Amino acid sequence: MGKMKSQMNEGYCLGIESSADDFGVGISSFDGKIASNVIDAYVPSEGGIHPMKAARHHAEVASKAVQEAFQKSGVRPKDLSIIAFSQGPGLGPCLRTGATVARALSSYFGIPLVGVNHCIAHIEIGKLRTRAEDPVTLYVSGGNTLVAAYDAGRYRVFGETLDIALGNCLDVFAREVGLSQKPGLPFGAVIEKLAVNGKELLPLPYTVKGMDLSLSGLITAATALARKEDYKLEDICYSLQETAFSMVTEVTERALAHVGKKELLLTGGVAANKRLQSMIRAVAEEHGVKYDAVEAEFAIDNGAMIAWTGVLAYKHGLTTPLDKSFVRMKWRLEEVETPWMR
Amino acid sequence: MDALEPPRLIKKGAEANLYLADWHGRKVILKKRLPKEYRPAKLDAQIRTYRTIHEPQLMHEAKKAGVPTPKIFLVNVKDTTVVMEYIEGTQVKLLLNQISEKERKNLCFKIGQEIAKLHLFGLIHGDLTTSNMIMTTKGKVFFLDFGLGEKNTELEAKGVDLHLMKRALQSTHYQFAESCFESVIDGYKDIASVKTLKSVLDKVKQIERRGRYVAERKQVS
Repeated sequence: MGKMKSQMNEGYCLGIESSADDFGVGISSFDGKIASNVIDAYVPSEGGIHPMKAARHHAEVASKAVQEAFQKSGVRPKDLSIIAFSQGPGLGPCLRTGATVARALSSYFGIPLVGVNHCIAHIEIGKLRTRAEDPVTLYVSGGNTLVAAYDAGRYRVFGETLDIALGNCLDVFAREVGLSQKPGLPFGAVIEKLAVNGKELLPLPYTVKGMDLSLSGLITAATALARKEDYKLEDICYSLQETAFSMVTEVTERALAHVGKKELLLTGGVAANKRLQSMIRAVAEEHGVKYDAVEAEFAIDNGAMIAWTGVLAYKHGLTTPLDKSFVRMKWRLEEVETPWMR
Repeated sequence: MDALEPPRLIKKGAEANLYLADWHGRKVILKKRLPKEYRPAKLDAQIRTYRTIHEPQLMHEAKKAGVPTPKIFLVNVKDTTVVMEYIEGTQVKLLLNQISEKERKNLCFKIGQEIAKLHLFGLIHGDLTTSNMIMTTKGKVFFLDFGLGEKNTELEAKGVDLHLMKRALQSTHYQFAESCFESVIDGYKDIASVKTLKSVLDKVKQIERRGRYVAERKQVS
Protein backbone atom coordinates (compact mmCIF):
# COMPACT_ATOMS: atom_id res chain seq x y z
CA MET A 1 0.00 0.00 0.00
CA GLY A 2 2.83 2.36 0.92
CA LYS A 3 4.55 1.65 -2.33
CA MET A 4 1.32 2.16 -4.22
CA LYS A 5 0.89 5.57 -2.65
CA SER A 6 4.38 6.75 -3.50
CA GLN A 7 3.84 5.54 -7.04
CA MET A 8 0.81 7.74 -7.25
CA ASN A 9 2.67 10.85 -6.16
CA GLU A 10 5.90 10.39 -8.05
CA GLY A 11 6.08 10.13 -11.77
CA TYR A 12 5.72 11.98 -15.02
CA CYS A 13 3.21 12.03 -17.80
CA LEU A 14 3.98 12.98 -21.38
CA GLY A 15 0.95 14.47 -23.11
CA ILE A 16 0.32 14.91 -26.81
CA GLU A 17 -2.07 17.47 -28.26
CA SER A 18 -2.94 17.42 -31.96
CA SER A 19 -6.65 18.18 -32.28
CA ALA A 20 -6.30 21.06 -34.75
CA ASP A 21 -3.46 23.20 -36.11
CA ASP A 22 -1.08 22.89 -33.16
CA PHE A 23 1.09 19.90 -32.39
CA GLY A 24 2.00 20.04 -28.71
CA VAL A 25 4.06 17.85 -26.42
CA GLY A 26 4.11 18.57 -22.70
CA ILE A 27 5.51 16.81 -19.67
CA SER A 28 3.87 17.14 -16.26
CA SER A 29 4.96 15.69 -12.96
CA PHE A 30 2.34 13.84 -10.92
CA ASP A 31 2.12 16.79 -8.53
CA GLY A 32 1.40 19.28 -11.31
CA LYS A 33 4.77 20.81 -12.14
CA ILE A 34 4.94 21.45 -15.88
CA ALA A 35 8.43 20.36 -16.89
CA SER A 36 8.11 21.30 -20.55
CA ASN A 37 5.51 22.44 -23.04
CA VAL A 38 6.57 22.37 -26.67
CA ILE A 39 4.19 23.72 -29.30
CA ASP A 40 4.71 23.54 -33.06
CA ALA A 41 2.00 25.40 -34.96
CA TYR A 42 0.92 24.71 -38.51
CA VAL A 43 0.30 27.99 -40.32
CA PRO A 44 -1.50 27.56 -43.65
CA SER A 45 -0.11 29.66 -46.51
CA GLU A 46 -3.68 30.55 -47.44
CA GLY A 47 -7.23 29.70 -46.35
CA GLY A 48 -8.22 27.89 -43.18
CA ILE A 49 -6.88 24.69 -41.64
CA HIS A 50 -6.85 21.86 -44.13
CA PRO A 51 -7.10 18.77 -41.90
CA MET A 52 -4.91 16.55 -44.09
CA LYS A 53 -2.22 19.20 -44.49
CA ALA A 54 -2.24 19.92 -40.76
CA ALA A 55 -1.99 16.18 -40.02
CA ARG A 56 0.99 15.91 -42.37
CA HIS A 57 2.63 18.80 -40.53
CA HIS A 58 2.04 17.01 -37.21
CA ALA A 59 3.60 13.79 -38.52
CA GLU A 60 6.64 15.70 -39.76
CA VAL A 61 7.32 17.58 -36.51
CA ALA A 62 6.27 14.88 -34.01
CA SER A 63 9.61 13.22 -33.29
CA LYS A 64 11.41 16.56 -33.05
CA ALA A 65 8.77 17.92 -30.66
CA VAL A 66 8.92 14.82 -28.44
CA GLN A 67 12.72 15.03 -28.29
CA GLU A 68 12.57 18.71 -27.48
CA ALA A 69 10.06 18.06 -24.67
CA PHE A 70 12.51 15.58 -23.09
CA GLN A 71 15.49 17.88 -23.55
CA LYS A 72 13.83 20.99 -22.15
CA SER A 73 12.46 19.15 -19.13
CA GLY A 74 15.48 17.05 -18.24
CA VAL A 75 12.99 14.22 -17.73
CA ARG A 76 14.25 10.91 -19.13
CA PRO A 77 12.03 8.43 -20.95
CA LYS A 78 12.44 5.94 -18.08
CA ASP A 79 11.01 8.55 -15.66
CA LEU A 80 7.66 8.47 -17.45
CA SER A 81 4.77 6.55 -15.91
CA ILE A 82 2.09 7.26 -18.51
CA ILE A 83 1.47 8.67 -21.98
CA ALA A 84 -1.62 10.85 -22.43
CA PHE A 85 -3.09 12.07 -25.70
CA SER A 86 -5.88 14.30 -26.91
CA GLN A 87 -8.55 11.78 -27.93
CA GLY A 88 -11.12 14.35 -29.06
CA PRO A 89 -12.97 16.45 -29.98
CA GLY A 90 -11.19 17.80 -33.04
CA LEU A 91 -10.19 17.16 -36.64
CA GLY A 92 -9.97 13.44 -37.41
CA PRO A 93 -6.69 13.28 -39.35
CA CYS A 94 -4.96 15.55 -36.82
CA LEU A 95 -6.20 13.63 -33.80
CA ARG A 96 -5.21 10.32 -35.41
CA THR A 97 -1.64 11.49 -35.95
CA GLY A 98 -1.25 12.40 -32.27
CA ALA A 99 -2.93 9.18 -31.18
CA THR A 100 -0.58 7.12 -33.34
CA VAL A 101 2.47 8.79 -31.79
CA ALA A 102 1.02 8.24 -28.31
CA ARG A 103 0.25 4.55 -28.94
CA ALA A 104 3.76 4.01 -30.29
CA LEU A 105 5.41 5.65 -27.25
CA SER A 106 3.14 3.79 -24.83
CA SER A 107 3.92 0.39 -26.31
CA TYR A 108 7.64 1.13 -26.79
CA PHE A 109 8.10 2.24 -23.16
CA GLY A 110 5.60 -0.35 -21.89
CA ILE A 111 3.56 2.21 -19.91
CA PRO A 112 -0.21 2.88 -19.83
CA LEU A 113 -2.02 5.10 -22.30
CA VAL A 114 -4.59 7.70 -21.15
CA GLY A 115 -7.00 9.29 -23.61
CA VAL A 116 -7.98 12.81 -22.58
CA ASN A 117 -10.89 15.05 -23.58
CA HIS A 118 -9.42 18.20 -25.10
CA CYS A 119 -12.03 20.60 -23.64
CA ILE A 120 -11.68 19.21 -20.13
CA ALA A 121 -7.89 19.50 -20.44
CA HIS A 122 -8.30 23.24 -21.13
CA ILE A 123 -10.30 23.65 -17.91
CA GLU A 124 -7.97 21.48 -15.81
CA ILE A 125 -4.74 23.22 -16.86
CA GLY A 126 -6.49 26.55 -16.29
CA LYS A 127 -7.38 25.51 -12.74
CA LEU A 128 -3.84 24.23 -12.12
CA ARG A 129 -2.19 27.44 -13.32
CA THR A 130 -4.57 29.90 -11.66
CA ARG A 131 -5.31 27.86 -8.52
CA ALA A 132 -9.03 28.10 -9.24
CA GLU A 133 -10.91 25.26 -7.57
CA ASP A 134 -14.42 25.17 -8.97
CA PRO A 135 -14.84 27.91 -11.56
CA VAL A 136 -17.30 28.81 -14.24
CA THR A 137 -15.09 28.56 -17.33
CA LEU A 138 -15.45 30.52 -20.55
CA TYR A 139 -13.52 28.62 -23.19
CA VAL A 140 -13.16 30.51 -26.46
CA SER A 141 -11.00 29.28 -29.32
CA GLY A 142 -11.04 28.54 -33.02
CA GLY A 143 -13.11 25.43 -32.50
CA ASN A 144 -14.97 26.06 -29.26
CA THR A 145 -17.10 28.70 -27.58
CA LEU A 146 -18.70 27.43 -24.41
CA VAL A 147 -19.40 28.19 -20.78
CA ALA A 148 -18.96 25.17 -18.53
CA ALA A 149 -19.03 24.41 -14.82
CA TYR A 150 -18.78 21.30 -12.68
CA ASP A 151 -21.82 19.68 -11.09
CA ALA A 152 -22.26 16.17 -9.70
CA GLY A 153 -19.51 14.12 -11.29
CA ARG A 154 -19.18 15.94 -14.58
CA TYR A 155 -18.57 19.25 -16.25
CA ARG A 156 -21.80 20.61 -17.70
CA VAL A 157 -22.16 23.01 -20.60
CA PHE A 158 -24.42 25.91 -19.62
CA GLY A 159 -23.94 28.12 -22.64
CA GLU A 160 -22.58 27.46 -26.06
CA THR A 161 -22.46 28.76 -29.61
CA LEU A 162 -25.32 27.53 -31.74
CA ASP A 163 -23.18 27.61 -34.86
CA ILE A 164 -19.52 28.62 -35.17
CA ALA A 165 -16.82 29.34 -32.58
CA LEU A 166 -15.66 32.85 -31.69
CA GLY A 167 -12.12 32.31 -33.00
CA ASN A 168 -13.53 30.88 -36.20
CA CYS A 169 -15.77 33.94 -36.58
CA LEU A 170 -12.77 36.29 -36.30
CA ASP A 171 -10.62 34.15 -38.62
CA VAL A 172 -13.24 33.92 -41.36
CA PHE A 173 -13.89 37.66 -41.24
CA ALA A 174 -10.15 38.37 -41.43
CA ARG A 175 -9.76 36.15 -44.47
CA GLU A 176 -12.87 37.58 -46.14
CA VAL A 177 -11.46 41.13 -45.93
CA GLY A 178 -8.00 40.05 -47.04
CA LEU A 179 -5.98 40.36 -43.83
CA SER A 180 -2.99 38.08 -43.40
CA GLN A 181 -1.58 36.26 -40.40
CA LYS A 182 1.88 34.99 -39.64
CA PRO A 183 3.47 32.83 -36.95
CA GLY A 184 3.10 34.62 -33.64
CA LEU A 185 0.50 37.00 -35.04
CA PRO A 186 -2.74 35.10 -35.64
CA PHE A 187 -5.83 36.70 -37.21
CA GLY A 188 -7.32 37.41 -33.80
CA ALA A 189 -4.30 39.52 -32.85
CA VAL A 190 -4.40 41.33 -36.22
CA ILE A 191 -8.06 42.25 -35.67
CA GLU A 192 -7.36 43.28 -32.07
CA LYS A 193 -4.62 45.67 -33.26
CA LEU A 194 -6.90 47.28 -35.85
CA ALA A 195 -9.81 47.46 -33.38
CA VAL A 196 -7.75 49.53 -30.94
CA ASN A 197 -7.92 52.38 -33.47
CA GLY A 198 -11.64 51.95 -34.18
CA LYS A 199 -13.98 54.59 -32.79
CA GLU A 200 -17.40 54.30 -34.33
CA LEU A 201 -19.68 51.44 -33.25
CA LEU A 202 -21.44 50.18 -36.38
CA PRO A 203 -24.68 48.22 -36.01
CA LEU A 204 -24.16 44.45 -36.20
CA PRO A 205 -26.55 41.62 -35.26
CA TYR A 206 -26.52 40.87 -31.54
CA THR A 207 -27.83 37.32 -31.14
CA VAL A 208 -28.12 35.94 -27.62
CA LYS A 209 -30.56 33.07 -27.13
CA GLY A 210 -30.87 32.16 -23.50
CA MET A 211 -27.37 31.16 -22.47
CA ASP A 212 -26.50 30.28 -26.06
CA LEU A 213 -25.37 32.60 -28.82
CA SER A 214 -25.09 32.68 -32.58
CA LEU A 215 -22.07 34.15 -34.36
CA SER A 216 -22.48 33.22 -38.01
CA GLY A 217 -24.67 36.23 -38.86
CA LEU A 218 -21.96 38.55 -37.58
CA ILE A 219 -19.47 37.47 -40.24
CA THR A 220 -21.97 38.08 -43.03
CA ALA A 221 -22.91 41.51 -41.69
CA ALA A 222 -19.35 42.62 -40.92
CA THR A 223 -18.09 41.42 -44.30
CA ALA A 224 -20.93 43.29 -46.03
CA LEU A 225 -19.87 46.50 -44.25
CA ALA A 226 -16.27 45.97 -45.38
CA ARG A 227 -17.36 45.59 -49.03
CA LYS A 228 -19.22 48.91 -49.00
CA GLU A 229 -15.99 50.88 -48.66
CA ASP A 230 -17.83 53.59 -46.74
CA TYR A 231 -16.43 52.38 -43.49
CA LYS A 232 -12.97 52.22 -42.04
CA LEU A 233 -11.67 48.70 -41.47
CA GLU A 234 -10.61 49.80 -37.98
CA ASP A 235 -14.21 50.69 -37.13
CA ILE A 236 -15.52 47.39 -38.49
CA CYS A 237 -12.96 45.40 -36.49
CA TYR A 238 -13.82 47.43 -33.40
CA SER A 239 -17.55 46.86 -33.92
CA LEU A 240 -17.08 43.16 -34.61
CA GLN A 241 -15.06 42.71 -31.43
CA GLU A 242 -17.36 44.82 -29.26
CA THR A 243 -20.49 43.04 -30.49
CA ALA A 244 -19.15 39.49 -30.44
CA PHE A 245 -17.41 39.92 -27.08
CA SER A 246 -20.48 41.58 -25.54
CA MET A 247 -22.55 38.57 -26.56
CA VAL A 248 -20.03 36.10 -25.15
CA THR A 249 -19.75 38.14 -21.97
CA GLU A 250 -23.53 38.33 -21.57
CA VAL A 251 -23.95 34.54 -21.77
CA THR A 252 -21.04 34.11 -19.36
CA GLU A 253 -22.74 36.45 -16.92
CA ARG A 254 -26.01 34.56 -17.34
CA ALA A 255 -24.29 31.25 -16.61
CA LEU A 256 -22.46 32.74 -13.63
CA ALA A 257 -25.70 34.08 -12.13
CA HIS A 258 -27.43 30.78 -12.86
CA VAL A 259 -24.92 28.43 -11.19
CA GLY A 260 -23.74 30.83 -8.49
CA LYS A 261 -20.06 29.82 -8.35
CA LYS A 262 -17.35 32.05 -6.91
CA GLU A 263 -14.66 31.85 -9.59
CA LEU A 264 -14.57 32.81 -13.26
CA LEU A 265 -11.92 31.42 -15.59
CA LEU A 266 -11.15 32.62 -19.10
CA THR A 267 -9.25 30.30 -21.43
CA GLY A 268 -8.72 29.23 -25.06
CA GLY A 269 -6.87 30.99 -27.86
CA VAL A 270 -9.17 34.04 -27.88
CA ALA A 271 -8.51 34.51 -24.14
CA ALA A 272 -5.33 36.35 -25.19
CA ASN A 273 -7.47 39.28 -26.38
CA LYS A 274 -7.09 42.18 -23.94
CA ARG A 275 -10.50 43.63 -24.67
CA LEU A 276 -12.26 40.32 -23.99
CA GLN A 277 -10.23 39.98 -20.79
CA SER A 278 -11.36 43.40 -19.60
CA MET A 279 -15.02 42.55 -20.27
CA ILE A 280 -14.92 39.23 -18.43
CA ARG A 281 -13.01 40.84 -15.56
CA ALA A 282 -15.70 43.51 -15.30
CA VAL A 283 -18.41 40.85 -14.97
CA ALA A 284 -16.43 39.02 -12.30
CA GLU A 285 -15.98 42.24 -10.35
CA GLU A 286 -19.67 43.11 -10.60
CA HIS A 287 -20.63 39.73 -9.17
CA GLY A 288 -17.85 39.70 -6.60
CA VAL A 289 -16.16 36.55 -7.90
CA LYS A 290 -12.50 35.75 -8.44
CA TYR A 291 -11.32 36.25 -12.03
CA ASP A 292 -8.42 34.68 -13.84
CA ALA A 293 -7.31 34.49 -17.45
CA VAL A 294 -5.07 31.55 -18.19
CA GLU A 295 -1.60 32.63 -19.41
CA ALA A 296 -1.28 32.33 -23.21
CA GLU A 297 1.08 29.36 -23.27
CA PHE A 298 -1.49 27.26 -21.42
CA ALA A 299 -4.62 28.88 -22.87
CA ILE A 300 -3.90 27.87 -26.47
CA ASP A 301 -3.88 24.19 -27.45
CA ASN A 302 -0.88 22.62 -25.73
CA GLY A 303 0.55 19.30 -24.64
CA ALA A 304 0.97 20.23 -20.97
CA MET A 305 -2.81 20.37 -20.47
CA ILE A 306 -3.14 16.87 -21.88
CA ALA A 307 -0.29 15.61 -19.68
CA TRP A 308 -1.78 17.13 -16.51
CA THR A 309 -5.30 15.87 -17.21
CA GLY A 310 -3.79 12.45 -17.96
CA VAL A 311 -2.23 12.54 -14.48
CA LEU A 312 -5.60 13.37 -12.87
CA ALA A 313 -7.34 10.54 -14.71
CA TYR A 314 -4.57 8.01 -14.03
CA LYS A 315 -4.51 8.82 -10.32
CA HIS A 316 -8.18 7.87 -10.26
CA GLY A 317 -7.62 4.58 -11.99
CA LEU A 318 -8.54 5.63 -15.50
CA THR A 319 -6.42 4.35 -18.39
CA THR A 320 -7.28 3.72 -22.03
CA PRO A 321 -6.65 0.22 -23.41
CA LEU A 322 -5.33 0.12 -26.97
CA ASP A 323 -8.59 -1.20 -28.41
CA LYS A 324 -10.46 1.79 -26.89
CA SER A 325 -7.93 4.39 -28.02
CA PHE A 326 -9.67 5.32 -31.28
CA VAL A 327 -10.14 9.07 -31.67
CA ARG A 328 -13.48 10.69 -30.90
CA MET A 329 -14.00 13.66 -33.16
CA LYS A 330 -17.33 14.67 -31.60
CA TRP A 331 -16.56 13.87 -27.97
CA ARG A 332 -18.59 16.29 -25.87
CA LEU A 333 -17.25 17.21 -22.47
CA GLU A 334 -20.48 16.32 -20.67
CA GLU A 335 -19.86 12.67 -21.57
CA VAL A 336 -16.69 12.49 -19.48
CA GLU A 337 -16.67 11.31 -15.87
CA THR A 338 -14.30 13.38 -13.76
CA PRO A 339 -13.78 11.42 -10.52
CA TRP A 340 -10.92 13.74 -9.48
CA MET A 341 -13.43 16.52 -8.88
CA ARG A 342 -15.21 14.72 -6.06
CA MET B 1 -42.37 56.11 -8.15
CA ASP B 2 -42.81 58.06 -4.95
CA ALA B 3 -45.22 55.48 -3.63
CA LEU B 4 -42.52 52.86 -3.48
CA GLU B 5 -41.22 52.04 -0.07
CA PRO B 6 -37.49 51.48 0.14
CA PRO B 7 -37.15 48.51 -2.20
CA ARG B 8 -35.21 45.49 -0.99
CA LEU B 9 -32.83 43.72 -3.38
CA ILE B 10 -33.89 40.08 -3.59
CA LYS B 11 -31.98 38.92 -6.63
CA LYS B 12 -28.99 40.16 -8.53
CA GLY B 13 -29.57 38.53 -11.87
CA ALA B 14 -27.39 38.52 -14.93
CA GLU B 15 -29.13 41.39 -16.65
CA ALA B 16 -31.28 43.01 -14.01
CA ASN B 17 -31.61 43.57 -10.30
CA LEU B 18 -34.90 42.47 -8.78
CA TYR B 19 -36.26 44.44 -5.83
CA LEU B 20 -39.23 43.54 -3.70
CA ALA B 21 -41.30 46.62 -2.96
CA ASP B 22 -44.66 47.91 -1.87
CA TRP B 23 -46.51 49.84 -4.56
CA HIS B 24 -49.81 51.40 -3.50
CA GLY B 25 -50.41 48.53 -1.13
CA ARG B 26 -49.45 45.87 -3.62
CA LYS B 27 -46.48 43.60 -3.29
CA VAL B 28 -44.47 44.18 -6.44
CA ILE B 29 -41.22 43.29 -8.14
CA LEU B 30 -39.17 46.17 -9.45
CA LYS B 31 -37.00 44.95 -12.26
CA LYS B 32 -34.19 47.33 -13.02
CA ARG B 33 -31.82 46.76 -15.92
CA LEU B 34 -28.58 48.32 -14.78
CA PRO B 35 -25.91 49.59 -17.17
CA LYS B 36 -23.28 47.01 -18.03
CA GLU B 37 -19.82 48.49 -17.80
CA TYR B 38 -18.30 45.85 -20.03
CA ARG B 39 -20.05 46.80 -23.26
CA PRO B 40 -19.98 50.10 -25.18
CA ALA B 41 -22.45 52.63 -23.73
CA LYS B 42 -24.30 52.99 -27.03
CA LEU B 43 -24.85 49.24 -27.43
CA ASP B 44 -25.68 48.91 -23.75
CA ALA B 45 -28.36 51.60 -23.90
CA GLN B 46 -29.88 50.05 -27.04
CA ILE B 47 -30.08 46.59 -25.49
CA ARG B 48 -31.50 47.74 -22.17
CA THR B 49 -34.07 50.08 -23.72
CA TYR B 50 -35.18 47.48 -26.25
CA ARG B 51 -35.66 44.80 -23.62
CA THR B 52 -37.40 47.15 -21.18
CA ILE B 53 -40.00 48.02 -23.82
CA HIS B 54 -40.43 44.59 -25.35
CA GLU B 55 -40.54 42.44 -22.25
CA PRO B 56 -43.80 43.92 -20.88
CA GLN B 57 -45.35 43.84 -24.36
CA LEU B 58 -44.56 40.16 -24.73
CA MET B 59 -45.80 39.38 -21.22
CA HIS B 60 -49.04 41.07 -22.12
CA GLU B 61 -49.29 39.08 -25.34
CA ALA B 62 -48.55 35.88 -23.44
CA LYS B 63 -51.61 36.53 -21.27
CA LYS B 64 -53.71 36.72 -24.43
CA ALA B 65 -52.26 33.35 -25.40
CA GLY B 66 -53.46 32.03 -22.05
CA VAL B 67 -50.04 31.74 -20.45
CA PRO B 68 -49.81 33.13 -16.90
CA THR B 69 -47.38 36.03 -16.54
CA PRO B 70 -47.11 38.72 -13.85
CA LYS B 71 -49.29 41.83 -14.29
CA ILE B 72 -47.36 44.88 -15.45
CA PHE B 73 -48.03 48.04 -13.42
CA LEU B 74 -45.48 50.49 -14.72
CA VAL B 75 -42.81 50.77 -17.39
CA ASN B 76 -40.19 53.44 -17.03
CA VAL B 77 -38.15 53.41 -20.22
CA LYS B 78 -35.82 56.21 -19.23
CA ASP B 79 -34.97 54.41 -16.03
CA THR B 80 -35.06 50.96 -17.75
CA THR B 81 -37.30 49.76 -14.95
CA VAL B 82 -40.46 47.65 -14.96
CA VAL B 83 -42.83 47.31 -12.00
CA MET B 84 -44.72 44.04 -12.00
CA GLU B 85 -46.85 41.82 -9.82
CA TYR B 86 -45.03 39.66 -7.28
CA ILE B 87 -45.94 36.01 -7.80
CA GLU B 88 -46.17 33.87 -4.68
CA GLY B 89 -44.82 30.43 -5.39
CA THR B 90 -41.72 28.34 -5.92
CA GLN B 91 -39.19 28.60 -8.67
CA VAL B 92 -39.48 25.51 -10.89
CA LYS B 93 -35.68 25.16 -10.78
CA LEU B 94 -35.86 24.50 -7.03
CA LEU B 95 -39.04 22.44 -7.23
CA LEU B 96 -38.15 20.01 -9.97
CA ASN B 97 -35.46 18.07 -8.12
CA GLN B 98 -37.58 17.73 -4.97
CA ILE B 99 -40.93 16.41 -6.12
CA SER B 100 -42.04 12.86 -6.95
CA GLU B 101 -41.65 11.41 -10.41
CA LYS B 102 -45.37 11.71 -11.06
CA GLU B 103 -45.49 15.34 -9.94
CA ARG B 104 -42.45 16.07 -12.06
CA LYS B 105 -44.12 14.52 -15.07
CA ASN B 106 -47.26 16.61 -14.53
CA LEU B 107 -45.28 19.80 -14.04
CA CYS B 108 -43.24 19.26 -17.20
CA PHE B 109 -46.41 18.38 -19.12
CA LYS B 110 -47.88 21.69 -17.98
CA ILE B 111 -44.73 23.56 -19.01
CA GLY B 112 -44.95 21.93 -22.44
CA GLN B 113 -48.57 23.04 -22.75
CA GLU B 114 -47.67 26.64 -21.91
CA ILE B 115 -44.79 26.68 -24.39
CA ALA B 116 -47.12 25.37 -27.12
CA LYS B 117 -49.66 28.11 -26.29
CA LEU B 118 -46.96 30.74 -26.71
CA HIS B 119 -45.76 29.27 -29.99
CA LEU B 120 -49.23 28.90 -31.49
CA PHE B 121 -49.78 32.56 -30.66
CA GLY B 122 -46.58 33.52 -32.46
CA LEU B 123 -44.58 34.20 -29.31
CA ILE B 124 -41.05 33.05 -28.59
CA HIS B 125 -39.87 33.16 -24.99
CA GLY B 126 -36.17 33.20 -25.85
CA ASP B 127 -34.85 32.04 -22.49
CA LEU B 128 -36.74 28.93 -21.45
CA THR B 129 -35.05 27.76 -18.27
CA THR B 130 -36.56 26.46 -15.05
CA SER B 131 -35.21 29.59 -13.33
CA ASN B 132 -37.71 31.60 -15.33
CA MET B 133 -40.82 29.72 -14.24
CA ILE B 134 -42.75 29.91 -10.98
CA MET B 135 -45.27 27.35 -9.78
CA THR B 136 -47.98 28.85 -7.57
CA THR B 137 -49.71 27.04 -4.73
CA LYS B 138 -52.76 26.75 -6.98
CA GLY B 139 -50.73 24.81 -9.52
CA LYS B 140 -50.39 27.52 -12.14
CA VAL B 141 -47.03 27.91 -13.88
CA PHE B 142 -46.06 31.55 -14.43
CA PHE B 143 -43.51 32.39 -17.11
CA LEU B 144 -41.06 35.21 -16.41
CA ASP B 145 -38.16 36.96 -18.07
CA PHE B 146 -39.29 37.63 -21.61
CA GLY B 147 -36.35 39.98 -22.15
CA LEU B 148 -34.89 37.82 -24.92
CA GLY B 149 -38.28 36.98 -26.41
CA GLU B 150 -39.81 38.05 -29.69
CA LYS B 151 -42.91 37.89 -31.83
CA ASN B 152 -42.04 35.32 -34.42
CA THR B 153 -44.02 32.59 -36.16
CA GLU B 154 -41.07 30.92 -37.88
CA LEU B 155 -40.30 27.29 -37.23
CA GLU B 156 -36.65 28.14 -36.63
CA ALA B 157 -37.47 30.34 -33.62
CA LYS B 158 -39.76 27.71 -32.11
CA GLY B 159 -37.08 25.09 -32.61
CA VAL B 160 -34.44 27.19 -30.84
CA ASP B 161 -36.90 27.82 -27.99
CA LEU B 162 -37.44 24.10 -27.39
CA HIS B 163 -33.76 23.40 -27.88
CA LEU B 164 -32.97 25.88 -25.09
CA MET B 165 -35.52 24.20 -22.81
CA LYS B 166 -33.88 20.85 -23.48
CA ARG B 167 -30.41 22.24 -22.77
CA ALA B 168 -31.56 23.86 -19.55
CA LEU B 169 -32.91 20.50 -18.39
CA GLN B 170 -29.69 18.76 -19.38
CA SER B 171 -27.40 21.19 -17.55
CA THR B 172 -29.47 21.83 -14.44
CA HIS B 173 -31.68 18.74 -14.05
CA TYR B 174 -29.45 16.15 -15.69
CA GLN B 175 -30.79 13.32 -13.51
CA PHE B 176 -34.23 13.59 -15.08
CA ALA B 177 -33.47 15.59 -18.20
CA GLU B 178 -34.67 12.97 -20.64
CA SER B 179 -37.97 12.09 -18.97
CA CYS B 180 -38.66 15.77 -18.20
CA PHE B 181 -38.17 16.75 -21.83
CA GLU B 182 -40.41 13.85 -22.93
CA SER B 183 -43.16 15.21 -20.69
CA VAL B 184 -42.61 18.71 -22.07
CA ILE B 185 -43.08 17.27 -25.56
CA ASP B 186 -46.23 15.42 -24.46
CA GLY B 187 -47.64 18.66 -23.09
CA TYR B 188 -46.72 20.51 -26.27
CA LYS B 189 -48.45 17.82 -28.33
CA ASP B 190 -51.56 18.17 -26.17
CA ILE B 191 -51.99 21.79 -27.35
CA ALA B 192 -50.37 21.86 -30.78
CA SER B 193 -51.15 19.34 -33.50
CA VAL B 194 -49.03 16.25 -33.96
CA LYS B 195 -47.96 17.67 -37.31
CA THR B 196 -46.76 20.94 -35.74
CA LEU B 197 -44.93 19.09 -33.03
CA LYS B 198 -43.21 16.87 -35.55
CA SER B 199 -41.98 19.77 -37.64
CA VAL B 200 -40.74 21.63 -34.53
CA LEU B 201 -38.91 18.54 -33.26
CA ASP B 202 -37.34 18.01 -36.68
CA LYS B 203 -36.16 21.60 -36.47
CA VAL B 204 -34.71 21.01 -32.99
CA LYS B 205 -32.68 18.12 -34.42
CA GLN B 206 -31.51 20.29 -37.28
CA ILE B 207 -30.45 23.05 -34.87
CA GLU B 208 -28.57 20.56 -32.72
CA ARG B 209 -26.72 19.29 -35.75
CA ARG B 210 -25.46 22.81 -36.43
CA GLY B 211 -23.78 22.91 -33.05
CA ARG B 212 -20.35 21.71 -32.02
CA TYR B 213 -19.42 18.06 -31.78
CA VAL B 214 -22.75 16.50 -32.50
CA ALA B 215 -22.54 12.82 -33.34
CA GLU B 216 -25.51 12.99 -35.71
CA ARG B 217 -24.23 16.00 -37.65
CA LYS B 218 -23.19 14.02 -40.70
CA GLN B 219 -26.52 12.24 -41.08
CA VAL B 220 -28.87 13.38 -43.78
CA SER B 221 -32.16 14.58 -42.41
